[in-house]
Amino acid sequence: MSTARPTVTLTLAVGILFSCALILLHNIDARRGSAIIRESLYISSPAALKRMSLGYNGLLADIYWTRAVQYFGSHHARSAEEYDLLYPLLDITTQLDPKLIVAYRFGATFLAERPPMGAGQPEKAVQLVRNGIQHNPDDWHLYYDLGFLQAWNLHDYVGASRTFANGAVLPHTNPVMGVLAASYATKGGDISTAMLLWQTTYQNNQNEMIRQNALQHIQSIQSDEAVTELEEVISRYEEQTGHAPESFLNLVYAGMLKGTPLDPTGQPYELLPGGKIQVQDPDSLPFITKGAPPGWKRKTVPLP
Amino acid sequence: MNAIATFALEKFYLTGFWRKHPKQALKPLTLEVPEGEIFGYLGPNGAGKTTTLRLLMGLVKPTAGSSKILNGTIEDPAIRAQIGFLPEQPYFYDYLTAVELLTYYAQLSGVPAGERQRRVASTLDRVGLAKDAVHTQLRKFSKGMLQRVGIAQAILHQPKLVFLDEPMSGLDPIGRREVRDLIASLKDEGKTVFFSTHILSDAEALCDRVAIVANGELRGVGAVAEMTSSLGGNMEVVWEGEGANEAIKALGRELRVAGAITRSVVPESMLNQVLDILRAKNARIISVTPVRATLEDYFLQKLAQTSGGAD
Amino acid sequence: MRIGYIAANTFREAVRDRVLYNLIVFAFLMIGASLVLGQITIGVERELLVNLGLAAIAFFGVLIAIFIGIGLVSKEIDKRTVYTVLTRPVQRWQFILGKYFGLVGTLAVNTFFMGCGLFLALLYMTHKFERADIYVLIAIFFVFLQMVIVTSFTMLFSSFSTPIESAVMAFCFFVIGSFSTDLHSLSASAKGIVKVFATIAAYVVPNISALNVSTAVAHGEAVAGATVALNLGYALLYSGAMVAAAALIFQRRNMK
Ligand SMILES: Nc1ncnc2c1ncn2[C@@H]1O[C@H](COP(=O)(O)OP(=O)(O)O)[C@@H](O)[C@H]1O
Ligand SMILES: [Mg+2]
Repeated sequence: MSTARPTVTLTLAVGILFSCALILLHNIDARRGSAIIRESLYISSPAALKRMSLGYNGLLADIYWTRAVQYFGSHHARSAEEYDLLYPLLDITTQLDPKLIVAYRFGATFLAERPPMGAGQPEKAVQLVRNGIQHNPDDWHLYYDLGFLQAWNLHDYVGASRTFANGAVLPHTNPVMGVLAASYATKGGDISTAMLLWQTTYQNNQNEMIRQNALQHIQSIQSDEAVTELEEVISRYEEQTGHAPESFLNLVYAGMLKGTPLDPTGQPYELLPGGKIQVQDPDSLPFITKGAPPGWKRKTVPLP
Repeated sequence: MNAIATFALEKFYLTGFWRKHPKQALKPLTLEVPEGEIFGYLGPNGAGKTTTLRLLMGLVKPTAGSSKILNGTIEDPAIRAQIGFLPEQPYFYDYLTAVELLTYYAQLSGVPAGERQRRVASTLDRVGLAKDAVHTQLRKFSKGMLQRVGIAQAILHQPKLVFLDEPMSGLDPIGRREVRDLIASLKDEGKTVFFSTHILSDAEALCDRVAIVANGELRGVGAVAEMTSSLGGNMEVVWEGEGANEAIKALGRELRVAGAITRSVVPESMLNQVLDILRAKNARIISVTPVRATLEDYFLQKLAQTSGGAD
Repeated sequence: MRIGYIAANTFREAVRDRVLYNLIVFAFLMIGASLVLGQITIGVERELLVNLGLAAIAFFGVLIAIFIGIGLVSKEIDKRTVYTVLTRPVQRWQFILGKYFGLVGTLAVNTFFMGCGLFLALLYMTHKFERADIYVLIAIFFVFLQMVIVTSFTMLFSSFSTPIESAVMAFCFFVIGSFSTDLHSLSASAKGIVKVFATIAAYVVPNISALNVSTAVAHGEAVAGATVALNLGYALLYSGAMVAAAALIFQRRNMK
């Protein structure tokens, strides 16, 4: 009897006290939030931090990294002000452990995204990833991320193309890097580079799909060049005769063409009334920028 | 009224690294000790005496059975307020002085604040702890001094019932004598004393009744006089003259010869026969004295009985 | 009443133990060292002193809490000093509570002295007290709350395991608790078995990190009143639960 009573009371006490403690803990957690991240940044000198971590920089970097990813990766609708903490946090993290690839990559995404999904600071993202490349020149992922940052956020297609091209020659690189380099060269208007890159890809790549894709790119560029040339011929014809040609035969008779011109896939081009050039099967030349029928849209998105 | 009563009190210790091997330290023990008695709990080392005391004190839980102290349970603080306990080879907070220690215990036992100082002093005096020792840290105490402190803390709060586990161990002959007198005086104050010992003479001199345990088993309970008389009496016969020695040896008696004097201890039943022989052989009878059977004889007999039976 | 006597005796035991003084001397040395360090840096003298000072108080406080805490009950059982206490009109839970309060009292006195040392060092450095010093005081109080919690779970561990095991467990608990913020966010975002473990750990292990405001305070930041109230409440409830659990185990335990 007399032992049973304290036992029951004590069991109840453990349960009740612990439950109440948990309720308070919940409140404490809720109140802390970004304070943790802010606190992490009080010591903003990585050199000082390295010294204080007594050689465990890697561990410290992991802790910083975990905090960044937990805090910025798991919640939504952060305020811009809170996102201002992200770059310094990632910067310290990666200075403590410059090989922490995942931190650069995380930063590439979340720094560049517009609020509320990210910080809306693409320049910072580019800077972070550039630092990453400096310390990890052999990791193609960083080139991949930087390329897209340049292309999508800075609209620097030529720069992006160069970045992808640099990444494409690394060991263990991803085959799409070459494709991307060429794509963005095309998009940036640097046709000759694009051609070169596509040809390299076509010759060197092992992946049949990528090779097909490269071929389509090559043929599309060739077609675009052909169409440009044809349009020049037509405008010369117009200048000389004062009217547009009705068919390619007009041009052949005028000695300006040798016969009906064929596109790189072997299909003849069509000459529309008014002197416009159009390809017969735009789907076989999906990357053309000229001569597509009005309203035609490319069906397949190019590889990433 | 009974001061102590146990009902089939039993204890298994689990031993071994994984605590898988049960060891029976106490076989079911049923025992009653009336108030006002000095009760001796006797047994050789490892018999289960300390185990019994720990069970009675509620320090370890019995495997089976139960016990009553002063008609209540030891779990009840009100009952504990009326008992005193001296553990075997007591050890105390050695950073305290004897006075500090007893003051602390007086506080815990609920001795009123105004009385504590006087009570502590008188108790230390009663157990014969030297005046200059009472303000020394216990770490500097000898074993015998600690034993006295132990007895002091057991009687400090004037309990009705005192449990002492081997109270005389570690004491010099004078100390034993003093403790013996102290226990006797507790009885005079109307207290009940339950003490364990493996030293028979202590029990014999003090106890109203004793229980004998061996191998965790109760072998006998009773008044000391009853036990010794159940063995029957012996007589010591001393004589001069060697002529009778052969004949008495022939009876199966042992002789001790010292010069012309010979001694032998014979059962009462044989006394007349022996005396007849001596007279017939013209030996000079020097003395015939009864030899009282000791608790030791009983004890040894009890131990021999069962260990013989067990083999 | 009896709890008070037991607590007073526990306090007396700690105070008569030389180890305690060695640890306190070390703590003072560390505070002194941070003064010296402060002289060779520029601009962050106060931050450095506050950070290192609080770290020293916490570190040595926790060390004392663990190393006295592991023996608090088990030593009494081992040396059988419990025998002459528990056979008096003292309830077992009273004994546990008394021992706990005794050590917490010891730690309070320690923290008080070490805190005084830190403030003397601050005064020596800045020649005046500023408003931000109040928050340093709060930070010291939080460090004391950490010790209150550490003592409680150390005592719980020692109620069912050997002193060495208890020390290891208590130390792990303290370290994990210092990262409990990360555990909490992990439990919120992880999946599967990791989530289950992180969640259990996040709630069972005490939130020591919430009680560590030294960095903020070193930077002169304020600590909100609500934070003080919540942290105090949490520390009391959590340690209450631990001590009750220790008492529950002790209540049923055999004294060898
Ligand atoms: N805590 C324990 N664990 C295991 N065995 C024990 C324990 N305490 C006592 N024993 C065993 O129980 C038996 C009785 O011991 P004990 O009661 O101390 O005897 P006594 O006091 O009569 O000398 C002994 O064999 C002893 O080894
Ligand atoms: Mg014994």
